[in-house]
Amino acid sequence: MHIVVLVKQVPDTADVKIDPDTNTLIREGVAAITNPFDAYAVEEALRLKERLGGTVTAVSMGPPQAEAVLREAISLGVDNGVLVSDRAFAGSDTWATSYTLATAIKTLGDVDIIVCGKQAADGDTAQVGPGVATHLDVPQITFVRKIEEVDDKHIVAERLLEEGYEVIESPLPCLLTVVKEINDPRMPSLKGKMAAKKAEIRTMTADEMGCDPAKLGLDGSPTKVVKIFSPPPRGGGEMLEGEVHEVVPSLVEKIKDIVIGVN
Amino acid sequence: MDPIKIIQESCVGCTLCETACPFGAVVMVDSETDDKKKIAEIDLNTCTLCGACVEACKFDAIEMEEKTVVPGVELSAYKDVWVFAEQHEGEIQTITYELLGEGRKLADDLGMDLCAVLIGSGIGEKAQDLIARGADKIYVVDKPELAHFQDEPYSAVLVDLINKIKPNVVLCGATVVGRSLISRVAIKIDAGLTADCTALSIDPETKNLLQTRPAFGGNIMATIEAPNHRPQMSTVRHKVMKEAEIVEGRQGEILIQEVAEELLKSRTKRLNFVPEEESTVNIAEADIIVSGGRGIGKPENFAMIRELAEVIGAGVGASRAAVDADWIPYSHQVGQTGKTVCPKMYIACGISGQIQHLAGMSSSEVIVAINKDPDAPIFQVATYGIVGDVNEVVPRITEEFRNVLGK
Repeated sequence: MHIVVLVKQVPDTADVKIDPDTNTLIREGVAAITNPFDAYAVEEALRLKERLGGTVTAVSMGPPQAEAVLREAISLGVDNGVLVSDRAFAGSDTWATSYTLATAIKTLGDVDIIVCGKQAADGDTAQVGPGVATHLDVPQITFVRKIEEVDDKHIVAERLLEEGYEVIESPLPCLLTVVKEINDPRMPSLKGKMAAKKAEIRTMTADEMGCDPAKLGLDGSPTKVVKIFSPPPRGGGEMLEGEVHEVVPSLVEKIKDIVIGVN
Repeated sequence: MDPIKIIQESCVGCTLCETACPFGAVVMVDSETDDKKKIAEIDLNTCTLCGACVEACKFDAIEMEEKTVVPGVELSAYKDVWVFAEQHEGEIQTITYELLGEGRKLADDLGMDLCAVLIGSGIGEKAQDLIARGADKIYVVDKPELAHFQDEPYSAVLVDLINKIKPNVVLCGATVVGRSLISRVAIKIDAGLTADCTALSIDPETKNLLQTRPAFGGNIMATIEAPNHRPQMSTVRHKVMKEAEIVEGRQGEILIQEVAEELLKSRTKRLNFVPEEESTVNIAEADIIVSGGRGIGKPENFAMIRELAEVIGAGVGASRAAVDADWIPYSHQVGQTGKTVCPKMYIACGISGQIQHLAGMSSSEVIVAINKDPDAPIFQVATYGIVGDVNEVVPRITEEFRNVLGK
């Protein structure tokens, strides 16, 4: 059983703040972290390995420093790390990113299950998982909250919907995107940390993977960012002051039209 | 050649570009030719080639490769604005009406028709509802195999229709179904897809679709277009766009589409569906959400949150802290690792307002915050704030609304 888990290095959005004077992002001290959703993907990949045997390979596309997220995955028990990195990837949108990652996975040979987080915390698109599945022509189960059954031929998983969940069966190979509810990620062991330090990270470049240059980076990306701006500030908020028996009626007076409008 | 570069001789080291870059991709380094000078350098690994620095530079010191791309398709062959009509168990989802409302404006700006694609089993009669909500044409694919959403047949059918009929714009809800479906479609047809848009418009000159969306947990907004590809595809966030009004007696065309048998095949199989026990859980669709955080003190106090929600017809949300403490199931979590919501009113009870939580709810129309800590960040986004004990304030609000609504 070969399980691939996709991980991404993202800026810690909790650290990102807007400078109110200049209206720009303050980036000093913004840490680069493993995408929070990918922690659940790594954990689920490890649990699949514990159930079925085999190896887990973590794959990340990004600059050389993204190696850190692969080492972190190895410290948790992932066997191999592959960094997909090339200047030719600069400016990739989700189309080009999923093409590049799918090509990297093909280069790895036979893969049975691909696990991804449901989305990345910086782009928030949730498009790359299904995109990779489509490029690889494998079935997908998105927004997985639980794996009910799995063996070397098939998998049964619960997909979280807005109004409940549905149980879906798929043959392998198959791609899963997972939500936070699926597990509680483990902490790295001391042995794992040592292994992560020593591990060799394989780097794959566009040439090595035999990518079609027209499908990479800016050229391979149908979408273009034409403008970046700060969201309009909220503000003009009103604090209601006084005793509870005074502030509650005054609040209700202010919001009752909204409530009546929707009822 | 690098797609973007600093012209060393022109750069004066003013740092304007460093400030302008939303991605932290510009750094100031020592000049190789003049050791007294610092100049800008662009980290291509972080750079998204958005061009913000080129615009900010007053010295023409940044050069970005401007390629004249020859579109792979004849752009003028693509007409009309399409909306994917999401249905669950034969019920059209309200996001569809929101898409029709927005799609109507785009179609009118383009001088094109607004069309809906309705895929399902025994759903033909719903086509009239979509016409009443502003659609000019409805493409209906009605097959027993399509009774429920399944990723492969639904995307194969939509790809087939798009290839045959060539729409200019395709809109889809940023729902679980929408995001799973449309991502596959965009890859198959080599189209640009922008996720989770909060504003759409047509560029008056180029007639391209301008798609605006939040990124970095809502810290920045980006406007995106796909100038050389068609159709232009977007998913749209719930509750951001206004629902199209019903116009009784409105006329439109219903076009039943036949598709090849092989498109209906699915490798995955839907075994069953288990609805959430609580009926108010679909917070993505709720007009009002009452949310509880750790500040309510203990899990039993969610009863008070639920009671207010019930009285005012709201959904129940929660902060990550409350979910992580097992006070309420994950499906209620609002915020970056939970759901992004955009209701008419969001009432935050005992939620301090960590940035991850704000990312999931700060685009709500009206925000009410109740918290005992006057310095809680939630008050910075609140329309109305009350500093006080939630366990005292919330039941009073419930009681007051019972009187107002006569419940």
